[in-house]
Amino acid sequence: MFDRLKGIIKKEFYHIFRDQRTLLILFGIPIVQIVLFGFAISNEIKNVKIAVLDLSKDEHSTQITDKVLSTSYFDLDSYLTTFDEIDDGFQKGRIKAALVFPPKFGETLRKENKADVQIISDATDPNTGTQIGSYLQLQVQQYLMEQELKITSMPPPALINTEVEMRYNPELKSVYMFVPGLITIILMLVCTMMTSIAITREKETGTMEVLLASPMHASIILLGKVIPYLLLSFVNASFIIALGKFIFEVPVMGSYALLIGEIILYCLVVLALGIFVSTVAETQQLALMISLFALFLPTMLLSGFIFPIENMPLPLQIVSKIVPATYFNIIIKSIMLKGATLSFILKETLILVGIFFLLMGVSIKRFKIRLE
Amino acid sequence: MDSEKIIETTKLTKAFGDFKAVNEISFDVKKGEIFGFLGANGAGKSTAMKMLTGLLSPTSGEATVAGFDVFTQQEKIKKNIGYMSQKFSLYDDLSLLENIKFFGGIYGLSKEQLNERGNTMIERLGLSDVRNKLLKEVPLGWKQKIAFSVATLHQPKIVFLDEPTGGVDPITRRQFWEMIYEAADNGTTVFVTTHYMDEAEYCNRISMMVDGRIAGYGSPKELKSDFNSENMDEVFVKIARGENYKLQ
Ligand SMILES: Nc1ncnc2c1ncn2[C@@H]1O[C@H](COP(=O)(O)OP(=O)(O)O)[C@@H](O)[C@H]1O
Ligand SMILES: [Mg+2]
Repeated sequence: MFDRLKGIIKKEFYHIFRDQRTLLILFGIPIVQIVLFGFAISNEIKNVKIAVLDLSKDEHSTQITDKVLSTSYFDLDSYLTTFDEIDDGFQKGRIKAALVFPPKFGETLRKENKADVQIISDATDPNTGTQIGSYLQLQVQQYLMEQELKITSMPPPALINTEVEMRYNPELKSVYMFVPGLITIILMLVCTMMTSIAITREKETGTMEVLLASPMHASIILLGKVIPYLLLSFVNASFIIALGKFIFEVPVMGSYALLIGEIILYCLVVLALGIFVSTVAETQQLALMISLFALFLPTMLLSGFIFPIENMPLPLQIVSKIVPATYFNIIIKSIMLKGATLSFILKETLILVGIFFLLMGVSIKRFKIRLE
Repeated sequence: MDSEKIIETTKLTKAFGDFKAVNEISFDVKKGEIFGFLGANGAGKSTAMKMLTGLLSPTSGEATVAGFDVFTQQEKIKKNIGYMSQKFSLYDDLSLLENIKFFGGIYGLSKEQLNERGNTMIERLGLSDVRNKLLKEVPLGWKQKIAFSVATLHQPKIVFLDEPTGGVDPITRRQFWEMIYEAADNGTTVFVTTHYMDEAEYCNRISMMVDGRIAGYGSPKELKSDFNSENMDEVFVKIARGENYKLQ
């Protein structure tokens, strides 16, 4: 039994490594994405002038300030003493952001295990503004991780705007957001598109019939066909995480075990989606079309990867609720950037588990109908 | 010849919606015989074969294959048969040897068996120099012979061949039938579909399908005399015209 499964897995790897088109999708697309990523980061923030308004002046607030200023991202413009000076700094263009510690910051932190930090960033240029904001927020959170304390900084940095609409950009698009988003997209591409094509290819050539007429159970056949893609997805995900961590300094603040577990869960969901597509499509062409236009594009556009879900018209927001990537995006961002534990992302995790069982149930049923 | 029935069907039917692709067919195949399933395209040959190989569940009727019921014991049937689909049954992007190992492996052959039978097969087919070549570089006629050998590598009791000689030149077809005879001599029952009427002569017994029904059934000799014909082509033309035939 295990030998037979191994045989199918091995055969699938032959298919993968002997087909240039497959290799291109598997490894070319992530590389292209990363090159784009490189461009995205080329307007990276460096030596941004900030002001610090420390109304507490305690051990924690000074250490956080030191940490922020020790990075190459931020340079100190000045220590302030009043809020008015912040506006002044922005208006004169001396500073791009300000870090505000309320009075008794350290004490509150010690006593209540949480405290507020206010980050104000200039969003005249919304992208840079939000990027600076999230970099600052990250530094604060890293400090807290180091201190093993729990805290919420002010809900994602408040922004000072010349226009009201730009005031609040909860998505905080930045390179930090790009890495988790990229993983979501790539896993979907590899798992859903590649598996659906791999399965329909065997239907098209006729070999699937031969496999099904063999003593091997249909579930073993499917398992053997999807395991290679699961492994490759893992390689791809690890590669992107490593690249993010070591080259672009995107952290993984949560636990790796949880991250891996959630990645496996999401892979299972998108694999199930791929199997589902292969029960609908009779040809590789159709499987490709369905994967690309019915699944991949909506995922890109609606999962919050490109456009913030909150800014979408209501019908699209509803659609985004049934896109599995939407939930995984929340999960992976929370783990990587906020150090979330399972309890924080339990709802999203359970939704993914639900989607998985639903898809598998429907696929198995459809597979059986085909064999009536 | 041993007259033990290895396949037996009674009013076996497959309906797709209202359309009956296979309509109440009853026949039997004896152990060790070459049984031909003839008919024009769309007659229902493949559908009938898929029911017998456990790929499709019948709508009604009864059938046993190698003593097992096609409704309830499909998994057991699969252990006793080999199958060559109407489309191509091997992997083009795998080498000859890799194909042999893969298909032998899914039928549970051990490494030793695979090596031994694989080598014998390659030598018998005279394909030693292409053993490591990808199959897409091998001509179609050879591929069909390879596919047949692979389908019988695990020495099944019955081998099902769905139009194995479709699109193949006459010389290769002859060679292919020699291989079928060899398998039958070794005790394998061969169930083969074809729309080439001349191939009917090579079978011990045949069944002719028209629109999902069996319109002629018996040995080529019996059929020729029943229909008062010189050859099977003529028999087929007469059957297709709907000439009366004393049904079984
Ligand atoms: N899955 C299916 N759904 C609906 N009709 C089918 C299906 N498979 C086969 N048919 C129809 O059943 C008839 C018999 O097909 P088939 O058994 O493939 O014929 P043959 O093998 O003799 O050429 C054809 O008319 C075909 O269109
Ligand atoms: Mg057919």
